[in-house]
Amino acid sequence: MNVSFFFEVLIGGMLSGVMYALVALGFVLIFKSSGVFNFAQGAMVLFSALTFVRLLEMQVLFWLALGITLVVMILLAITIERIVLRPLINQPLIILFMATIGLNFFLEGLAQGVWDNQVHGLDLGINDVPFEGLQQATGILVSTFDLIAALIAGALVLGLSLFFYKTRIGRALRAVSDDHQAALSVGIPLHHIWGITWAAAGVVAFVAGMLWGTRLGVQFSLSLITLKALPVLILGGFNSIPGAIVGALIIGASEKLAEVYLSRFLGSGIEHFFAYLLAMVFLIFRPYGLFGDEIIERV
Amino acid sequence: MVYRESGQFKTTYADDMAMFPIAQDRWGVMVTITMAVVVVPLVASNYWISSLLIPFLIFALAALGLNLLTGYAGQLSLGHAGFMGVGAYAAYNLATRIPDMPLLLSFFGAGLITTGVGILFGLPSLRIKGFYLAVATLAAQFIIEWAFSSIGWFSGGSATMTLDTPPMVIFGYRIQTPRQRYYLTLGIVMLLTLLAKNMVRSQVGRAWMAIRDMDVAAAAMGIRPLTTKLLAFAMSSFYAGVAGALYAFVFLTSVDITAFELDRSFRLLFMVIIGGLGSILGSFLGAAFIVLLPVLINNAATLFVGTVPTDLIANVELMIFGGLIIVFLIVEPYGLARLWHTTKEKLRLWPFPH
Repeated sequence: MNVSFFFEVLIGGMLSGVMYALVALGFVLIFKSSGVFNFAQGAMVLFSALTFVRLLEMQVLFWLALGITLVVMILLAITIERIVLRPLINQPLIILFMATIGLNFFLEGLAQGVWDNQVHGLDLGINDVPFEGLQQATGILVSTFDLIAALIAGALVLGLSLFFYKTRIGRALRAVSDDHQAALSVGIPLHHIWGITWAAAGVVAFVAGMLWGTRLGVQFSLSLITLKALPVLILGGFNSIPGAIVGALIIGASEKLAEVYLSRFLGSGIEHFFAYLLAMVFLIFRPYGLFGDEIIERV
Repeated sequence: MVYRESGQFKTTYADDMAMFPIAQDRWGVMVTITMAVVVVPLVASNYWISSLLIPFLIFALAALGLNLLTGYAGQLSLGHAGFMGVGAYAAYNLATRIPDMPLLLSFFGAGLITTGVGILFGLPSLRIKGFYLAVATLAAQFIIEWAFSSIGWFSGGSATMTLDTPPMVIFGYRIQTPRQRYYLTLGIVMLLTLLAKNMVRSQVGRAWMAIRDMDVAAAAMGIRPLTTKLLAFAMSSFYAGVAGALYAFVFLTSVDITAFELDRSFRLLFMVIIGGLGSILGSFLGAAFIVLLPVLINNAATLFVGTVPTDLIANVELMIFGGLIIVFLIVEPYGLARLWHTTKEKLRLWPFPH
């Protein structure tokens, strides 16, 4: 076995894992502050990326398009909170989960109905070429694009962690995630808090949409990356921001390694389920993920 | 006034254990069965039978299976379309590989094989709970999809993805026309519904409900979580397997893994939720709703708008489907079965105010 090839696969896998983490972060944000498992995150990614790319194609300036999309995503988040979530407060979580699946269908239809269902190229001006410095030093090929994506993801995680742990709103968010009723009783405005979280998740979805859209082209399959992010989530724990990153690194790396080293025994296509299998094995030993909050049950 | 239990006394133990203790319920069920067996085949056209009623019955069966697991035993599963696929492929392989295999036996065998697969994927439920379990059951869905599309043995080594099912013969009697298919489906569905109804009102069902409401407390009361949860997975996947076999043999007349994709799992879950968690009647109502909804949307579109571009209608259909589900969950989160329940409560007094 070639060692430098192994590391190339490992690093490439970890970096592609970071791309999963971008999607997973959106899930964690919403789960952490409302306990809702938001299946529509992938559709939000698709919606934001399509909006952005269509605006660019209409010759709107880059920064203006960016701004408009951000505003659209925030408005969308507020609308969702008002129309879908507010009437469903105090319902069982499975009902909320099903509502987000309904939302997922709705947003997929809306995104493609308003815009279209063609594949759009998106160019952020970052080239998908090997990073030269690393190539000269060690001979390992790593995509510059992946590195920049990883940096953006890192910045997002850092920013969100600071937001959650250092600001007043962040503290309110954590209070809400601990106990809705207790938070309400000390005067935290639950509706505002949820609006803010969904808006933040919308922005994260937009960032993920831009990066994934550059990588795959902006098209329907963007909404399916939800399914790639789910194993990351259960591996890291539903309510842990660092968990999303660590889970994503593990999933990304082992998925690529399995594809390279195992697929000759199992045949092609194992990347569709390998991550799930891995996450399931982890779960058997740690039922709440690596960093998720353990729920202590009392009779 | 019309529907009430006063004056109906239970004088024997058999009366006390009756499935439908109230005479009006018994009449209602009789009428429904008569309608399904006699009236519907006489009235309905071939189109109605083969493209609406048969899928409705099959999905009702699958939803019933999922309801046993999710509604009664409280374990969320997103892999049920996969289990249906296992049933379809198992029935196909049993019917084609074993010479002179009776059709019903191969359906039953398909159910048993799916039961095995279901128990296997149910094992994590002992450690994992809630949404973690839901995502873990997604693993079942993906592994099953992968296995059938890339391991050639399951599809008889043929290169094509779609396999035609062998002709259906029961006791030398060939089943071909829509009506014959309808009767075959109806028979199996009625039998399994009866079984489910009896399961949920016996010790098994009570154990499931105890586990659903709180598994720690149930364990403390002497209900074994291991056997109870696995039994729920086993029964549920048996139903899914039979439904899958029926879907492939009776409805599609072909076996194709694309018919059992993740989207189907979600739709099954919608049927259960919209129909009503923990309700047998709800499984049927939910299946009717989800099967009929796309047809209604399509017809309404052609009726009011005329011809619309197909890709637009697909998107609008997605939007309406998603939107209606959200509206439905907001208006009646406990499902159509709860609606029926409140109607029954009102019927006790109607038409008098008190």
